[in-house]
Amino acid sequence: MAAKRSEGVGRGRAQPWQRMSSTAAATPPRLAPLASLGSLVDPPLKGEGFAGRGAPLVRGQEEARTQPMTPRLELRNISKRYPGVLANDDISLAIMPGEIHAVLGENGAGKSTLMKIIYGAAQADSGEIYCDGKLIQDHNPAVSRALGVEMVYQHFALFESVTVAENIALCLRGPFDRRALSSRIVELSQRYGMPIDPARKVHELSVGERQRVEIVRCLLQNPKLLILDEPTSVLTPQAVSKLFETLRQLAAEGCSILYISHKLDEVQQLCDSATVLRNGRVTGTAKPKETTSLELARMMVGSNLPHMNVTPSNLSDGPVLEVRDLSAESRSHHGVNLRDVSFEVFGGEIVGIAGVSGNGQAELISLLSGERTHKRVEAIRIGGKDAGRLHANARRRLGMTFVPEERLGRGAVPSHTLWENALLTGNRAGLVRSGFVDRGRAVAFAKNIIERFGVKANGPEAAAQSLSGGNLQKYIVGREIVLAPKLLLVSQPTWGVDVGAAAFIRQTLVDLSRAGAAVLVVSEELDELFEICDRLLVICQGRVSPPLMRAETNREEVGLLMTRLGTATSEKSGLALQD
Amino acid sequence: MDLFVAIFTGTVIAATPLIFAALGELVVEKSGVLNLGIEGMMLVGAAFAFWAVVAGLPMPLAILAGALAGAAASLLFGVLALTFLTNQYAAGLALAIFGSGVSAFLGRNFGSEPIDGLKPLAIPLLSDIPVLGPLLFRYDPLVYLAILSFVAIAWFLSRTKGGLILRTIGESPEIAHAIGYPVVKIRYWAVLFGGLMAGLGGAYLSVAYTPLWVENMTAGKGWIALALVVFATWRAYRVLLGAWLFGGMTILQLQGQALGLAVPSELLSALPYLATIVVLVIISQNRQMLAEHFPASLAKPFRPTV
Repeated sequence: MAAKRSEGVGRGRAQPWQRMSSTAAATPPRLAPLASLGSLVDPPLKGEGFAGRGAPLVRGQEEARTQPMTPRLELRNISKRYPGVLANDDISLAIMPGEIHAVLGENGAGKSTLMKIIYGAAQADSGEIYCDGKLIQDHNPAVSRALGVEMVYQHFALFESVTVAENIALCLRGPFDRRALSSRIVELSQRYGMPIDPARKVHELSVGERQRVEIVRCLLQNPKLLILDEPTSVLTPQAVSKLFETLRQLAAEGCSILYISHKLDEVQQLCDSATVLRNGRVTGTAKPKETTSLELARMMVGSNLPHMNVTPSNLSDGPVLEVRDLSAESRSHHGVNLRDVSFEVFGGEIVGIAGVSGNGQAELISLLSGERTHKRVEAIRIGGKDAGRLHANARRRLGMTFVPEERLGRGAVPSHTLWENALLTGNRAGLVRSGFVDRGRAVAFAKNIIERFGVKANGPEAAAQSLSGGNLQKYIVGREIVLAPKLLLVSQPTWGVDVGAAAFIRQTLVDLSRAGAAVLVVSEELDELFEICDRLLVICQGRVSPPLMRAETNREEVGLLMTRLGTATSEKSGLALQD
Repeated sequence: MDLFVAIFTGTVIAATPLIFAALGELVVEKSGVLNLGIEGMMLVGAAFAFWAVVAGLPMPLAILAGALAGAAASLLFGVLALTFLTNQYAAGLALAIFGSGVSAFLGRNFGSEPIDGLKPLAIPLLSDIPVLGPLLFRYDPLVYLAILSFVAIAWFLSRTKGGLILRTIGESPEIAHAIGYPVVKIRYWAVLFGGLMAGLGGAYLSVAYTPLWVENMTAGKGWIALALVVFATWRAYRVLLGAWLFGGMTILQLQGQALGLAVPSELLSALPYLATIVVLVIISQNRQMLAEHFPASLAKPFRPTV
């Protein structure tokens, strides 16, 4: 039986479910979990079947009985120091063949640095890496690829202007045989349930499709170890379960998977074992399927998770922001046109706009903030006044403030001090008098924000770029809130922000809305929207869904809307959801 | 008929230096580097080629000397822009001014002596075909080389893996570096190739087009080459068409002057520059096309991280 199994580990002999069910029949204890795998869409492989066995690996197990266990990859005491920060401190971990291993940690915990070291894109200061028991010397990405280690980056490493096949060809050795490569791509992508068209240009692809290209590119190399860095951050829930299917199939064929994430539920669904990082150190190892979310979260964050306090909302009589049949062409080559967008935001509530990035959010936010104006003056009304043609500054005079997605470059000038950055939007608060900057007031204004919002910074004279992402975001959100807006637009409020700061920012937004302001949040993080929003809108291909009450909808519905709004079914599903 | 042949052949010949210089710059810009110094490199190439002829070198070697001088000048730019990451606009402008100065300095040695220019080469048999013979087969070798290099560069950019690598480096050097391509090295080669081609274009001016040396004899052709690349939306065939358009207008206005049109000759001389720019601006209005072929990282310095 063991021999049969290890034979099956070879790639592509049979459809995975066929192979799995035959193995399952021969191995009674595994029957239950593998049967559930048959309907691959169901998320978790339950842990019970394996719980008693003690070994961290699941599918490489049979293999292990026939030969001594050599980890596919082993890290010993890896340390890496960057100026001012110890990114990785004495990290050790091991991944078995066919194992799905999570590296779990907050933003800034040192995950990405560790992955770069494993892949050879960065060099460790000390420590050793073994692949199949052999020490890797003179590490670099080429060595990794020769060893069968492939990496899917968080921000995709794809060239937009060329086709899928050309992108993949760039990573392969030898001359470029378009036709042969294209047919290999089609074959492989279909085998793993990720259809892609090799002749399409990358800029035409959705984010999910781009990720498929990345993964197929790795699979073409027959990897022994696949590293995925936050692969789900840009995917809809449906695309995530699809991806997990593929990853399980790969692992079943003997490929080890290193899965980097900060999302607990995903790690619990997918991974056999986990190494948790905090501040560059290993704070624990666990079998996620047997560990509660709370335990994992504690290892990640170090203390109990901050608690959100969301009180019921008390709506204003009329809407503060009204958008009526707003349509606009995108100005960027890869952008999305807005089509008949209509919604309202009342004072006292938080309305969230969910959606996969690149579905018109950038266009919508630039039209709402006044960076772009609209020729129909009544398309956007702020506080009951037509504002379509008003520029950003005029809209701010109506009581609107805005926190953009890019902190450095749009929310703040990186090289300027905090008090100078306060002037950017705080000039209305008496910081500028008859055209001259009142430096004393500006400094006091900045100091007030720093104290009130707990910004860790070296005083108002610190340069914006010297702050961590979380602290700068707190400062920018604080700056906009201190101006006592009637309407606050926020784009990606907690992107790349650590958990503590993110919770603080969310609570701040909730408090602002409960004090009577209208808050519109655009975010790709569904969890965040579900946590703080009263109503949800979903944007997809430039269309915005009818509003969904947070309490009456769920992630699956929203996820469906995130992918389907643009199609003919939109009206139907929209109506169904509204009821 | 004779007039038509004269205009046609004149056009092809007048376009040749532009074809060399602009195709070279196309390759440079496709790799994401903007070298504004074409004018300077052309002048250096023109001066060196002329000097080599005066010094008694055989014609092919003299032309090669011009091309190599252009490449050497571009190396100067390469070191500044690629190794020391200076602003590419500033480095390119400096090269343009430097080249003009150096060539003028060299030119003092040989004044305005006339030389025996590059002779047209009547291709046996083919050149005797009526009409087509004089139209297509009686040019000097560099004209054929220019057409050949157009074919080679167009094929290289669109059909070969090397061209793919070059284009993608121009889009995102960061990604290309992450995949493992030697971005800076490839950009150096592109810059050197651009210099070589500009030098060749300059050499054509001083030893074939008008076989004598005049200070600043390129008369802005380097700048036109630069404009050609941009307005041709970074596509080789449009560079070729643009160069021919410029050549055609040059010849037409010369014919106009010869016929004694009642238009100031200065205005007529300006016509090719004006017409080329206007036409190219009009055909480059398609933003979609522009975005697809524009090297996204053009003129942005890149330093690989370790």
